[in-house]
Amino acid sequence: MTLATEPPKAHFRLGMLINDTRYRSYTIQIIVLILFLLGVAWLANNTIENLAAKDKDINFGFLWNRTGYDIGQHLIPYSNDSTHFRAALVGLLNTLVVALVGCILSTILGVIIGVLRLSNNWLVARLMTVYIEIFRNVPLLLWIIVVFVVFSETRPSPIDFRVTEAMTTAGEKPAASMMFFDSVAITNRGTNIPAPLLSRPLPTIEVGPISLNLTLIAILAVIAGSVYANRVLLRRAAATQEATGFRPTTWWKSTLILAVPFILLMFALGLHWEYPVLTGKIAKLVNFKGGITIAHSFTALTVALTLYYASVIAETVRAGIQAISRGQPEAAYALGLRPSRTMNLVILPQALRVIIPPLISQYLSLTKDTSLGIAVSYLDLRGTLGGITLNQTGRELECMTLMMLIYLIISLIISAVMNAYNASVKLKER
Amino acid sequence: MSLSYVRTEMLPPAEPPISERGAIRWMRANLFSGPFNSILTLLAAYVLYQLVSLAWPWLANGVWSDANSMSDCRAIVTASAGPDASGACWAMIRERWHQFIFGFYPPDLWWRPILTFGLLFVALAPVLYADNKRAMSRLCGVVGILTVLSLIGADGFSYHTVLAILLFAGLTAIAAIQPRRLLIVTLLFPFFALWMLWGGSIWGPITALLGFVVLVVVYGLVAPKLGAVMGASTGFLAACLWWLFLQTYISTAWQALLPFGLTYVPSDKFGGFLLAFVIGVASISISLPLGILLALGRRSDMLLVKTLSVGFIEFVRGVPLITMLFVASLLLQYFLPPQTKFDLILRVVILVTLFSAAYNAEVVRGGLAALPRGQYEAADALGLDYWQAQRLIIMPQALKISIPGIVSTFIGLFKDTTLVSFVGLADPLRGITTIVRADINWKGIYWEPYIFVGGIFFIVCFGMSRYSMYLENKLKTDHR
Amino acid sequence: MKKSVFFGALAATTVLAGSAFAGTLDDVKARGELICGVNIGLTGFGAPDAAGAYKGFDVDLCKALAAAVVGDAAKVKYVPTTGETRFTALASGEVDVLIRNSTWSFQRDTDLKFDFVAVNYYDGQGFMVKKDLGVSSAKELDGATVCIQTGTTTELNLADFFKANNITYTPVNVADDSEALRQFDSGACDAYTTDASGLAASRASMAVPADNIILPEIISKEPLGPVVRHGDNNWGDIVRWTYFALLEAEEKNITKANIDQVASSTTDPEVKRLLGVGDDDLGAMMGLDKEWAKRAIAASGNYGEIFEANIGTSTPIGLARGLNALWTQGGLQYAPPFR
Repeated sequence: MTLATEPPKAHFRLGMLINDTRYRSYTIQIIVLILFLLGVAWLANNTIENLAAKDKDINFGFLWNRTGYDIGQHLIPYSNDSTHFRAALVGLLNTLVVALVGCILSTILGVIIGVLRLSNNWLVARLMTVYIEIFRNVPLLLWIIVVFVVFSETRPSPIDFRVTEAMTTAGEKPAASMMFFDSVAITNRGTNIPAPLLSRPLPTIEVGPISLNLTLIAILAVIAGSVYANRVLLRRAAATQEATGFRPTTWWKSTLILAVPFILLMFALGLHWEYPVLTGKIAKLVNFKGGITIAHSFTALTVALTLYYASVIAETVRAGIQAISRGQPEAAYALGLRPSRTMNLVILPQALRVIIPPLISQYLSLTKDTSLGIAVSYLDLRGTLGGITLNQTGRELECMTLMMLIYLIISLIISAVMNAYNASVKLKER
Repeated sequence: MSLSYVRTEMLPPAEPPISERGAIRWMRANLFSGPFNSILTLLAAYVLYQLVSLAWPWLANGVWSDANSMSDCRAIVTASAGPDASGACWAMIRERWHQFIFGFYPPDLWWRPILTFGLLFVALAPVLYADNKRAMSRLCGVVGILTVLSLIGADGFSYHTVLAILLFAGLTAIAAIQPRRLLIVTLLFPFFALWMLWGGSIWGPITALLGFVVLVVVYGLVAPKLGAVMGASTGFLAACLWWLFLQTYISTAWQALLPFGLTYVPSDKFGGFLLAFVIGVASISISLPLGILLALGRRSDMLLVKTLSVGFIEFVRGVPLITMLFVASLLLQYFLPPQTKFDLILRVVILVTLFSAAYNAEVVRGGLAALPRGQYEAADALGLDYWQAQRLIIMPQALKISIPGIVSTFIGLFKDTTLVSFVGLADPLRGITTIVRADINWKGIYWEPYIFVGGIFFIVCFGMSRYSMYLENKLKTDHR
Repeated sequence: MKKSVFFGALAATTVLAGSAFAGTLDDVKARGELICGVNIGLTGFGAPDAAGAYKGFDVDLCKALAAAVVGDAAKVKYVPTTGETRFTALASGEVDVLIRNSTWSFQRDTDLKFDFVAVNYYDGQGFMVKKDLGVSSAKELDGATVCIQTGTTTELNLADFFKANNITYTPVNVADDSEALRQFDSGACDAYTTDASGLAASRASMAVPADNIILPEIISKEPLGPVVRHGDNNWGDIVRWTYFALLEAEEKNITKANIDQVASSTTDPEVKRLLGVGDDDLGAMMGLDKEWAKRAIAASGNYGEIFEANIGTSTPIGLARGLNALWTQGGLQYAPPFR
C-alpha cells in the first residue's frame, strides 16, 4: 500500500500565497523584506532631508583635526595637540581597561561573597546578604558617585604628606604617610604608585604606517613561550600520572619555567621603579610627581562597578551552588573530604557550568556600564568621542554612530569569546 | 518487691553546661565555630563598628526643622554640637521632598499621579494573581486604603478622596466577586493613566482606544476568511488609518460637543520619581508585546524574520543604555520627517522601550525554551495553527515562567531611569539634586539628597526583587 | 506646513510644531508660548525654585522675550538643557532660543550654524584657589591640579593658558558645578576654573567664603548670550532688539515700577518710539505690535533691575556690574539707537 506522498499537482493560484503553508512563509518573508527596506529607505531619506535642511553633511574628516583638550588618563601618548581620532582611541582604551579590571575584580569578590553568603557563620552570612541587597537595589549611578566622594573626602591631601624641617627637628610625624615602604600614596586627588621604567629598552621599528614596539613584543613573546613550556610540562606530568599512577612534583619546575625567563628579560632590559615623590615650586602647591597617578575617577568607577557587579555575581554564584543537588556534597562528606575541599573539588566545578552563562551577560553589562563614568567625568569612549569631541565639533551623527558601532563590536567580541569558553567547559554529553 | 538500691524516680534533667545553652551556645555555633570563622566574625564586627562610628555623629546631629538654608543648618549644628561637628541637613528634604517625588507637577493636582499609582496595582493584580480571589481583593483593599491615605495627606479630604474611596471599594468588590472582570481594568489602565497624568480632553484617549476597537472589528471580519495573520495585519492597518487620519477630527468634534477633561499638564512638569515610574512602567508595558514578537521571530523558521530579530536584539543589547538616551536626545530628530517633533520624554520612552524590548525578548525566549517539546507537539497534534498554538498553549505557559525575569528586567530598567539626567530630564538622583543645589540656599548640600533618593530606590527595588523571588519559588515547586 | 504625528494614545504627549527652520516668530505666535532652552541648574542664572518656577538672570530674558512676542511673560516653556544637548536642542528646533550661558565663539557661530544675537553677560574664565595656598597669580599655578567642567570651552582655554605660559597642570574633569565645588572644597584640586560669575556664586555659598580667593587673571573672553538658529534673521532681530530694549530702558531710567508713568508723560522721542507711545511703530518692522518693548521691560524690569535682582551685589552671589555696566558708566553694555 502506498500513501500519497506527493500532493496532487494543482495549478498555482494566487490564493495559495496566503493559504498554502508551502508558499506562505515566502509571502510573509517577502512582505517583511519590503517593509524593512521601506523603513530603512524612509529613515535614510529623512536623514538626508534633515541634513540638507541643517546645511550639514556626513563627514568623518573632523577626526583628524586637533582636539585642544586634555585627557587626564591616557594609556598611549596624548596631548591637546593630538587628533580627535587619537582622543577616541585613548577613550576606547580607558573603557577597556575599566571593563577588564572590573570584570576580574568583581568575579573574585563576587565568588567570595557568594560562597560566604552560604557560610554557617551567622554574622557573616547576614552581612553578605545585607551587602548584596543594598548594592543590587540601589542604582549603580549612585554607587559610582558615593565611592568617588568617599575617596576624595576621606583621603588626606598631598600637603599632609609633607615633612618640613621644623617637623623633623620637633620630631613630629606628618599627618599622613605613604604605604608599602613609601611607594604608594593615596591622596584625595588620586592614587600614586611607582612606575616601572626600562633603562635599556629595545628600539621601536617603523614598518610603513605601523610602529612596532620591540620591547612589548619581546615581553609578550617571553610570556607566551613560558606559558607554552609550562603547559607541555603539565601535560607530561599528567601522562606520567596516567601511566604510573604517580604524579611527579611539578610546582617548582612550573615556577622556574614561568618566572626565570621573565626575570632575566627584565634584568636585561634594565627594569627599575620610579617612585612618586612630593614636589612643588610653592610650599603649599605640593603634589606627587613621578610614578603613575591613577585618578580617582578611574578608581571610583572601577571600585563601584566591582562592588555592584560583585553583588550580582554573588547571587549568580549562590544560585549555581544551590543548583547542585544535595547528594553531591553529602557524597563528598561521606568520602571524608573537608568542607573547603568539597567546595573546591566537587561543588564549584559543577556549579561553574550553571554560573557561566549568566556570568557572560553580566560581563557584557559591566562593560556597557563603564559608560556611566560620565557621572565622575571619567574620559572613556563616551567621554571623549561621544562627549567632548561631539560637543566641540557638533558632529553628533558621526560621533554617535561611530561610538555605538565600537560598543557593539566590543560586546560581540566579549560574547563570542565567552561563549567559546562556555562551550569548552560545558558538560560533554555523549 | 522493691530493691532498695534501685532508684525508682528519675533525676530531674540537669541544665546543659553553660557553654552549651542560650546566647553562648548560639554564638559558639554560629559565630565562633572555628578559627577561620572567629576571624571572620571579628573582622565583620570591626567593619560594622567602623561604619557606624563614621556615620553616627553626622546622623545624630541632623537638623530636621527650623532651618531654611545650608547656613542655618551649619549654625544649628555648631550651636548644638560644637564648632567642629558635622551634621546632616534634612531640612532640605522637608522643604523640597515634593520635587523629588513629583517633580514640578502642580501641587493641587498631585491627587492624579497618586490615584494612577494606586490603580497601577489594581491593573497588575489579574496578571500577578491569576484567579486568586482572596489575594486580589486583599491587594485592592490595601492599595485602596494606602491611596486614600496619601490623597488625604496630599491635599486634605476633598472630592478626589471620595472618588478614590468609591473607585477602590467598587474594584475590591469586583475582585472579590468576579476577579476575571478586573482584566478590563488592566486593558483600560494605559489610557486612563495617560489621561490622568497628562490631562486634557477625555476624548483623546477614548478615540485612541477606539482605534483598538477598529482593529478588533476588522480582525473579526477578515480573520475567518483570510486567516489570523492577514486579519491581524489588515486590522492593524485599519487602526493606523484611524489614528492617523480620523482620530484627531473625531476627538475634536466630540470635545466641541461634550467638553470634558482635566487640566493639561505638559511633560516638562514631570520629574523625580514620577518621571522614573512613567518611563519605567510605560517602557516595560509597551516593550512586552514587542519582546514577545521578537522572541517568536528569533525562534522562527523563516530565515529573514529570524535574521532581522537577531540583528535587532543583538544590536540593542550590545550598546549601553546611555548611548540610546543620547540617540533619543541628539539623533532621533535626524531619522524622523523634518517637521515632526516629540517632546523629550516621549523620545526617551520610545528608545527605552526599544531597549527593554530586546531584553524582554531574551527573557521570553528563555521561557519558550524552558517549555518541554511535548507542548509544541501536542499543539501540532491537535491541529492548531501557529498563532492558535501560541495563544492557547505556548504563551500562557512561557509567560508564566518568564514573569520573574520580566520583573528583574523592570528593576534594572527602573534603576537605569536615573540615566535620563544626562539628557537634561529631571530624574530624582541627579536631575532634581542638581536643581536643588542650584538654589543659593542649598548650594553645598551633598549626602542628604543621595541618601533620601537611594533609600526610596532601595525600598522599591528590594520589594520588587523579593516579590520576584517569591514568584520564582512558587513557580519552581511544580518542576521539582 | 504642518505635519502632525499621532501614534494613537501617545497623541496626548506629542508636541505639534510647525516648520522649524523658518518663521520661528509665526510658530511662537501660533503656539502662544515661547520655548526657551535654559540651564537645568546654575545658581543665579537659571534654576527652578521650591515651587518649580524658573528664576534667574537668563530666565528673566526669556520672560521679557515672551512678553514682547506672545504678550505674556508667563507664557514660556523652559526646556532644561545640558552642556552636551543644548546645541542639538536648538538646531533641531526643540527650543526657539537658547539663553543658557553659552559662549559666543567663532566655530559655534560659523561651523555649528548658529547666531549669537547679543551678549547679555560679559564673562571671563577665572581661577579660585584657597587663600592659604599663598598664590596670588594664576601664573604661579605651575604643577597645580585644576578642577574643570567637561564639555565647555573652559577646558580649551585652560589648555591654551598653561601652554602659553609654559607651565604644567593636571586636569581633574568634573561633571557639573556642584561636583566641582565639592572637590575644590575637600582639597581634591588646588584650583577651580570656570566663568568668573560662576566662581563668585560658588564662593558665596561656601562655609567661609573669605577662605577662598578668586585670582585676578581672567584668561579668556566669555561673551555669554542668547543663541538662535542660522537663517531666521527676523527671529534673531527680535531676540536681539528685545535685549537692547532692556538696555535702553536702563539707560533712560525706565523701570518696572515707573514704566506706565514714563509712557504717559515722556517727551523724549526715543523713549516714545521705544515704548510705542509715539507715532512710530517699531514693532511692525519685525512683525510685532507697537508696545512689544513696553511689555518686555515691564516683565522683569530693565537690564539693571534684572542684574540686581538675580546676581547683583544685593544678592548672596554679589557680582559687581564690571564689564556689564552700561557704556555710560564705563562698561560694555551698549544699545544701538532705536530709530
